[in-house]
Amino acid sequence: MNAPATVAALTAQDFKSDYKPVWCPGCGDYTVLASITRALAALNLRPENVAVVSGIGCSSRIPAYTTCYGFHGVHGRALAAGTGLKVARPDLTVLVAGGDGDGYSIGGNHFLHACRRNVDLTYIVMDNHVYGMTKGQPSPTTEPEWKSKLSPGGTGLREFHPLVIALAAGANFIARGFSGDPSGTATLIAEAVRHPGFSFVEVLSPCVTFRPEQRAWKEAVHPAPVAPTEDPARAARRLMTDDGFNIGVLYKGSRPAFSPAAPKAPLSPSDLEKDFAL
Amino acid sequence: MSTRKAPTKAPAKRKRAAGRARPAAGPYADFMARAYVMEVDAAERYADFADQMDVHNNPEVAELFRKLSRIEALHAKRILEEMGWKQPPHALLTWRWDAPEPPETAAHSEVHYLMQPYHALQLALRNEQRAEKFLARIARAPKTPPAVKRAAAEMAGEEREHVRLIQGWMKRVPKPAKDWDRDPDPPVLGD
Repeated sequence: MNAPATVAALTAQDFKSDYKPVWCPGCGDYTVLASITRALAALNLRPENVAVVSGIGCSSRIPAYTTCYGFHGVHGRALAAGTGLKVARPDLTVLVAGGDGDGYSIGGNHFLHACRRNVDLTYIVMDNHVYGMTKGQPSPTTEPEWKSKLSPGGTGLREFHPLVIALAAGANFIARGFSGDPSGTATLIAEAVRHPGFSFVEVLSPCVTFRPEQRAWKEAVHPAPVAPTEDPARAARRLMTDDGFNIGVLYKGSRPAFSPAAPKAPLSPSDLEKDFAL
Repeated sequence: MSTRKAPTKAPAKRKRAAGRARPAAGPYADFMARAYVMEVDAAERYADFADQMDVHNNPEVAELFRKLSRIEALHAKRILEEMGWKQPPHALLTWRWDAPEPPETAAHSEVHYLMQPYHALQLALRNEQRAEKFLARIARAPKTPPAVKRAAAEMAGEEREHVRLIQGWMKRVPKPAKDWDRDPDPPVLGD
């Protein structure tokens, strides 16, 4: 048993706001919220030094449920807003959060380029393989054979593999968590925040309303059988053969985080005039 | 939903050797810190469940969860007092339990917006049973230091008492009907 050597400056409760989440009881997002607040407390951060940025969707409500600075943005554009914020205020710890529809479909392009830019922020995707807020349409990570009233016969489309895409696009830290393991997920989030550059944490977060069969995920998840690798080629081989339920840190890169150039001194009106002179 | 009130009496924890000098560090302090985390986590989870039931207009179950939360918070406070800790011990993320969550904490997936007091008590019963098993195992383990063994055995006894109390409470609330989760206006479109 480990000794409780230190005294906590703030607890997870200090990062929870007074707003009551409106998610369905049983939703995995409750646990992800608990994991985020635990991670922030464990990192000894203070709410005023953290910003949580989101897009649109059930999980994107998360900024309001924390006491950190928050920005509930435009659908799919959470990473654009989060990137801008981190570049303008590098002193802040920036978490970007959202769902699989927001991040991989509407925001798919931003996801690719956020990985490529490698700005020092943490992107947490609560993946439930469905658009829950709009009543259960298939998302990019929905299995091709999943049938519903809104997708009779299934989509027949191969699902998106976010971890493989993140690695190929240049993410510097890739992990997968499960909402049924709040302490494990909190540990992953804390490690992602500490790791420099763009850290991507995908959290399998069941939607008990539109995908009740996802309750069985707790039997399917298992710790990744191998230690995290720094070698992207090895990580690629692992991720390409991944069953979708490996939990843990899967890749830890060493690419330096994007660092914006120091701002230049503003030009005087006469300098501007010279630039426009014919 | 039942109109009968859920039980209100909180199970009281016996006061463990009050006034005895407590070591600030070592296996006993570690054990008590872990027990504290277990109680706090349970209190916070019950409070979360109460909020969820409030949001989903299930006030009777919300009230019951809030009551359970207060009971667990009281237990946590008593540990702080017994140990003479001015501030709570840091809940280290490296701690591991037998399951993904501490033994007295129910998973978020175990609640339903139409659940009834009986279900909430069933959930609390499972929590207390897990806690009792966890503590009894520590008390029985040959490598456990004697002071920890005594405290764990005493706490396991308290959890057993809670199990009996909750079982008694369950007899006083109506058992849910078979179709308790039928919603005439369900969130998922039917055929």
